[in-house]
Amino acid sequence: MQIYKILKKSNLDSLVSILSKKQKFMAPVSKGLNKFAFESVTSSKDIALKYIPTILAPKKYFMPQYETLIEYDTKEGQNMKAVVEYENMVLFAVHTCDLAGIQCLNIVFSDRPKDLNYLVRKNKITIIGLECNEVCDEYSTCAFMDNDLPNGGYDLFFTDLGEYFIVHVNTQMGDAIINDTKLFEDATVSHINELEKLREKKRKLFINQFGIDRQKIPELFDKSKESQIWDDIGNRCLSCGNCTNVCPTCYCFDVMDVQNLDLKTGKRIRVWDSCQNETFAKVSGGESFREARSDRKRHRFYRKFKYPVNRYSRFFCTGCGRCTRTCMAKISLLETLELLIKENKVK
Amino acid sequence: MKKQILNNSEYIIKKAKVVRTKKLTDLEKFFEISMPNNESLDHDPGQFVEVSLFGVGEAPISIASSPTMRNSFDLCVRRVGKVTSEMHKLEQGDEIGIRGPFGKGFPIRILEGNDLFFIAGGLGIVPLRSLINYVIDNRRDFGNVNILLGCKTPDSMLFGDEVEIWQKRLDVNFNCTVDKADPDWAGNVGLITSLIPGVNLDPDRTFAIVVGPPIMYKFVIKELIAKKIPERQIYLSLERHMKCGLGRCGHCQIEDIYCCQDGPVFCYDQIKKIRGAI
Ligand SMILES: Cc1cc2nc3c(=O)[nH]c(=O)nc-3n(C[C@H](O)[C@H](O)[C@H](O)COP(=O)(O)OP(=O)(O)OC[C@H]3O[C@@H](n4cnc5c(N)ncnc54)[C@H](O)[C@@H]3O)c2cc1C
Ligand code: SF4
Ligand code: SF4
Ligand code: FES
Repeated sequence: MQIYKILKKSNLDSLVSILSKKQKFMAPVSKGLNKFAFESVTSSKDIALKYIPTILAPKKYFMPQYETLIEYDTKEGQNMKAVVEYENMVLFAVHTCDLAGIQCLNIVFSDRPKDLNYLVRKNKITIIGLECNEVCDEYSTCAFMDNDLPNGGYDLFFTDLGEYFIVHVNTQMGDAIINDTKLFEDATVSHINELEKLREKKRKLFINQFGIDRQKIPELFDKSKESQIWDDIGNRCLSCGNCTNVCPTCYCFDVMDVQNLDLKTGKRIRVWDSCQNETFAKVSGGESFREARSDRKRHRFYRKFKYPVNRYSRFFCTGCGRCTRTCMAKISLLETLELLIKENKVK
Repeated sequence: MKKQILNNSEYIIKKAKVVRTKKLTDLEKFFEISMPNNESLDHDPGQFVEVSLFGVGEAPISIASSPTMRNSFDLCVRRVGKVTSEMHKLEQGDEIGIRGPFGKGFPIRILEGNDLFFIAGGLGIVPLRSLINYVIDNRRDFGNVNILLGCKTPDSMLFGDEVEIWQKRLDVNFNCTVDKADPDWAGNVGLITSLIPGVNLDPDRTFAIVVGPPIMYKFVIKELIAKKIPERQIYLSLERHMKCGLGRCGHCQIEDIYCCQDGPVFCYDQIKKIRGAI
């Protein structure tokens, strides 16, 4: 049985205020120029309920850009303790594409050998999703990737129905919020009908731009290894790594030591890295295994549409469109896919 | 920010001790290492460890000794950068962090009973030494053994004393070559590929095990195939940039394989079609 509740919009501020007293409360905030970021808020007036994907994905809370793995002390030998740093938080208004991104990271970090830093932190975060009533912009491919509707991965899921939110209660953790805050009412059949109506309307708005079925993608990539298209986008790419930084499912990292001023103690940290950097695959003999930019661009696309399908039966592109929005060289994921489809005549 | 101690993080190092060191060449230094309480590393030949020095970082280094040596293991490190330079400063009694062993080593079970053809170029002798010594320690479990060794110059040759012993053994055929000779050198001069045609072997029952710099593989494999050694009987060890050893950081990835976990040892037959592998 599915449990639905109602939260009146007028009660949203009380919800934020109650929850943000107990733990950090993160929500999308407008940064001007149609840019948004997840930040800590204490009042609903700071939240942008209508937003396009934030500059950085909520990945930043699950896999922080810098995170301590080990604290060491070399005063008397190689002494250390392994640690995880975390914060209890509620992550509010996560779009369905980003819920899918978090699911991808969950899979990667719970694969063996398990990554406890990630797994401990992940369970300190309560996730409240928010439905997109309209397509964000022309860069979104969420419908094609089947992420325009919720596919789980949240504790509560909000859909904005005008005067109120209809709320899907998915977990005990979500139910606890309902019970503790006492701000929610039971949903009636007519509320649920309204939700159905919205989803029916969405079917016409969220369309697959590509004219092929998503399941054809692995086949498309099987045929595209030697495509000229990789050279074309490689020639334009600046190797800045912006696309990997903003991507909700890119998780490549570097491990490095940060020494304190005493030169004896410090931290071993994990830092976001990018396969688009030329030195990423370089070894001591001088060989660099993806020296050409085209090789690195190919690699990134295959890491979204082919390799994870082999390994986890899942696409690692959520369709959020961030990589296209951020690229200074105007390399578009949508256009690249369209060109590959055209080149290979996949139907 | 809250903090919790993790007792079983994959990043925890074991505090090992340097038992013995030896300068091999201007660039390479040898280390014998023992794990805490002399516990055995329990590795397969061809596997590697992540060596850690806090404040500097970690580096993947091949295990150079056979698992038949149980109370300690050997490393041989070329000084090329931060971690490797700092390692060169270590002496007997110093502490060093170890994670691992990692990866898939040489397929000993598959090699057993068959003829072996070892080909090592440059630093490739380091991981290969773990297997060669394993085979020598269990000599009757294997067929004929041929070893070819190639290095740049006579004074860059590693493990000279040991090489001399291999050379003298009646149950091992050994040959080596240098790219550039010096006045005292009486042996072969030229690339390692030039020695392959002259090796006497039965291709059907020979397994070739090749380790060397990336550039070497293409040429050596061509010669091996010319000698009619089946592709699935050729094994090689690939070097890639590695940061975690856990199949996650992405640095060592070749298409959808992770060199640190799926390798570093691969069968040629399995990777020949993989773009960027060879
Ligand atoms: C499976 C494996 C086994 C190896 N076995 C040995 C061995 O037995 N003996 C030995 O001397 N060397 C070995 N290496 C190479 C050794 O790991 C690198 O030389 C070392 O990591 C360089 O670290 P550094 O801090 O000294 O150099 P840096 O100061 O970090 O950089 C120097 C150069 O090394 C490259 N490099 C940096 N980090 C790595 C890395 N993690 N992996 C590969 N290249 C890197 C850089 O791109 C740069 O070109 C092995 C590498 C691999 C992957
Ligand atoms: S954001 Fe654009 S220019 Fe930068 S690395 Fe990605 S594709 Fe290249
Ligand atoms: S590849 Fe681009 S569109 Fe796909 S999930 Fe990453 S940032 Fe979003
Ligand atoms: S070394 Fe990190 S994935 Fe292989």
